[in-house]
Amino acid sequence: MSTTTLPAVRRGFDYKKFLANNGALVGLVVLCIALFIATPDFLTGQNLLNIGIQVSTVAVLAFGMTFVIVAGGIDLSVGAVAALAAMVSSWLFVSAGLPGWLALVGGLVAGLLAGMVNGLANAYGKLPSFIATLAMLSVARGLTLVISDGRPISTPAEVSFLGGNLGPVPMPIVVLLVAALVASFVLNRTVIGRSMYAVGGNAEAARLSGLPVKRILVTVFALAGLFAGLAGLLLAGRLDSAQPQAAAGYELDAIAAVVIGGASLSGGLGKISGTLVGALVLVVIRNGLNLLNVTSFWQQVVIGLVIALAVGVDVLRRKTRNG
Amino acid sequence: MSEQPLVTLQNVGKTFGPVTVIKDVTVSVYAGKVQVLLGENGAGKSTLIKMMAGVYQPDAGRIVVDGNTVTLPTTRAAEALGIATIHQELNLVPTMSIAENVMLGRMPTKHGMVDRSAMRNRARAALALIGLDVDVDTLVGELGIARQQLVEIAKALSINARILILDEPTAALTRHETESLFAVMADLRSRGVGMLFISHHLDEIAEVGDTVTVLRDGEFVAEVPASTPEDELVRLMVGRSIEEQYPRNAGGAAETTETAEILAVEHLSSSGRFTDINFTVRAGEVVGIAGLVGAGRTELIRAIAGADHYDSGTVTVRGRALPKANIKAAIKAGIGHVPEDRKGQGLVLDASVNDNLGYATLASTAKLGLADFAGQRSRAQAVATKLRIRMHTIDQAIGALSGGNQQKAVFGRWIIAASTVLLLDEPTRGVDVGAKVEIYELMNAITAAGGAIVMVSSELPEILGMSDRILVMRDGLLAGELTAAEATQDAVMTLAARDVADEN
Ligand SMILES: Nc1ncnc2c1ncn2[C@@H]1O[C@H](COP(=O)(O)OP(=O)(O)OP(=O)(O)O)[C@@H](O)[C@H]1O
Ligand SMILES: [Mg+2]
Repeated sequence: MSTTTLPAVRRGFDYKKFLANNGALVGLVVLCIALFIATPDFLTGQNLLNIGIQVSTVAVLAFGMTFVIVAGGIDLSVGAVAALAAMVSSWLFVSAGLPGWLALVGGLVAGLLAGMVNGLANAYGKLPSFIATLAMLSVARGLTLVISDGRPISTPAEVSFLGGNLGPVPMPIVVLLVAALVASFVLNRTVIGRSMYAVGGNAEAARLSGLPVKRILVTVFALAGLFAGLAGLLLAGRLDSAQPQAAAGYELDAIAAVVIGGASLSGGLGKISGTLVGALVLVVIRNGLNLLNVTSFWQQVVIGLVIALAVGVDVLRRKTRNG
Repeated sequence: MSEQPLVTLQNVGKTFGPVTVIKDVTVSVYAGKVQVLLGENGAGKSTLIKMMAGVYQPDAGRIVVDGNTVTLPTTRAAEALGIATIHQELNLVPTMSIAENVMLGRMPTKHGMVDRSAMRNRARAALALIGLDVDVDTLVGELGIARQQLVEIAKALSINARILILDEPTAALTRHETESLFAVMADLRSRGVGMLFISHHLDEIAEVGDTVTVLRDGEFVAEVPASTPEDELVRLMVGRSIEEQYPRNAGGAAETTETAEILAVEHLSSSGRFTDINFTVRAGEVVGIAGLVGAGRTELIRAIAGADHYDSGTVTVRGRALPKANIKAAIKAGIGHVPEDRKGQGLVLDASVNDNLGYATLASTAKLGLADFAGQRSRAQAVATKLRIRMHTIDQAIGALSGGNQQKAVFGRWIIAASTVLLLDEPTRGVDVGAKVEIYELMNAITAAGGAIVMVSSELPEILGMSDRILVMRDGLLAGELTAAEATQDAVMTLAARDVADEN
């Protein structure tokens, strides 16, 4: 028997493999340690809660995006759909006079429907997802402006509650955790979730095995719309109002989070846990740069480099793994 | 051994993570000689030649070209030394034309722009070499797998290599095309090109080969002359002898009085593909469909499986008509379809063996939309064991398995789904002799249990050896039907190629 010095060797735990498969997580930990050393303001309860609140919107959007990217597509409309969902909900409450909880559900349904339209256009209309969702980006943002006439509308109390606190814990963090569990359950445990990997990996093989590829795609985009709607409500709840320009450009953060989390833009790969880590990386970097008084202009430069680095490392890792 | 080899892999080794795939193997290619590599699925043949082609780097040993030790960090480096490779899996861009694919990476230019007419001419010349008569502007994605394989061969030939590596080039070809390839190989050999040839068709070895290197489990077993009897080659390769290559229990169920008709195809037509096809398959029967490439066999199978639309006619399973182009309904009726292109149509290469085996049963075994993880896994495990799929673990990406083992997995998916009407399109393409017999035995088991099988194959011996009845297709029509007793290689070929003979 060779000496077993490392307890982790039991059950074949492989450090190298763990590091290779969790590059983003390692990066996140390193980042946090660096920030802890660089500034005393980082590791304070208040700052951590801030990070949690900020990450909630990005991550919830990115969970929906994970479904789409795993299935081999892309969704550029999630930011606009988030804004639309929040605006519909506020409009239903203020102008249509619906009860608050119903208005909240109405907002989610609006997101779901917008996503479904994306899916129908992609699966049955044969539009590439890039184009279908680019069109939806414009339509949803436009509708948001039409409904609101370009002005913010206040949210019902039920939506504001999503942006408030549950005891000492901010609600967005609770919502984030629940959304992560649900998304991960869908992706790992359900037929539709497993099918997404097959469709993204090889749509023709999936079809010939009897998987309903078109219906799966519609579901995937509908889920992305639903999660976008939820993210929109979180954002509106925090501000107590639905803003017509809310979440503009957030789709890029969502895509970045998914990709940093290890998904492949060519489909078939990706995990909710990875996406959550990816979203945390983005938010922690922004937060850290703020604490260090780096201007937002330079922040954009840094974020861009981080995305390139994360994906570059990933590509390199895959290449070495294949010999 | 006075002559210096063009290239030698000397005591090379290769590991992937914890798995050692090649251990201390030496193989040389000489000018004007055809060196054959022989081994079971997963023995390491493709891995070995990939080291020669600059795809993989050896972890041990060295590569010697013209007496000098070299490294081949890229495929380009190998090409620069005159080494061209026809890989087992096709490497073509489906959205580009044949001409562009043949000249990919070496497009002729004029004033800094692609010289399209020169590109077309050179591509045409390359196609002419192997006798492929298709417009070079056709998109590769529109071609069937056999023609794609011919394009891939033309591409390698057009490089004018000194050393040509051919990894199962004949797996997708019919006898006719194989013969043109062998003619080209004979010509290359007389011009001093050294070749490394891999095939699971043992009869081809004596035909084109000079010496044979046999591998087993990544290790060198023997080097023998290509004239070695096939039995002996099989024994070296699998370590035991194989009694019967085609173990068909002919007429097992056909004798029973109750010859229930399971599959009936009536007046099936699809314009430009096949016309007015009629046939039935009874319980316990294996019906083979023979024909040349382009005769419409694959198109017919796909239409029956629900993968494609058709214009008119009906497909009936156990008396019930199937809706058109509805794969789900076909599967429900008991149909299982093994498509001709396992990489493009059969498998999700990034997904695990477990997932790939389970796709057809993912939805049907689920409860309330939740996948039956444990059940799917144990079924996959059982089938992988039964089919002897050679893998590291069942959670490994299926893309890393050897070609033959991937093929078994596509088959396994329908075993799990308990399909009773199997539509097999080239079911043993790239499968080694031992595994072939296992697949044939599986076919016997399915028919013995009252199932029915339709098998398209370009391997005539397989069609003749395993079918109870043989349908021959030509130009989208059923040219004739032969019983197992009356079928011979000549009889089938006469029916399949009558037009060709008339034209010539
Ligand atoms: N990239 C890889 N990662 C891990 N294992 C691999 C990889 N490539 C090949 N293998 C393993 O190496 C072994 C040899 O594979 P290889 O493709 O060389 O076999 P082969 O002799 O060409 O078989 P076949 O006749 O089926 O084509 C197989 O067990 C396969 O699973
Ligand atoms: Mg091989």
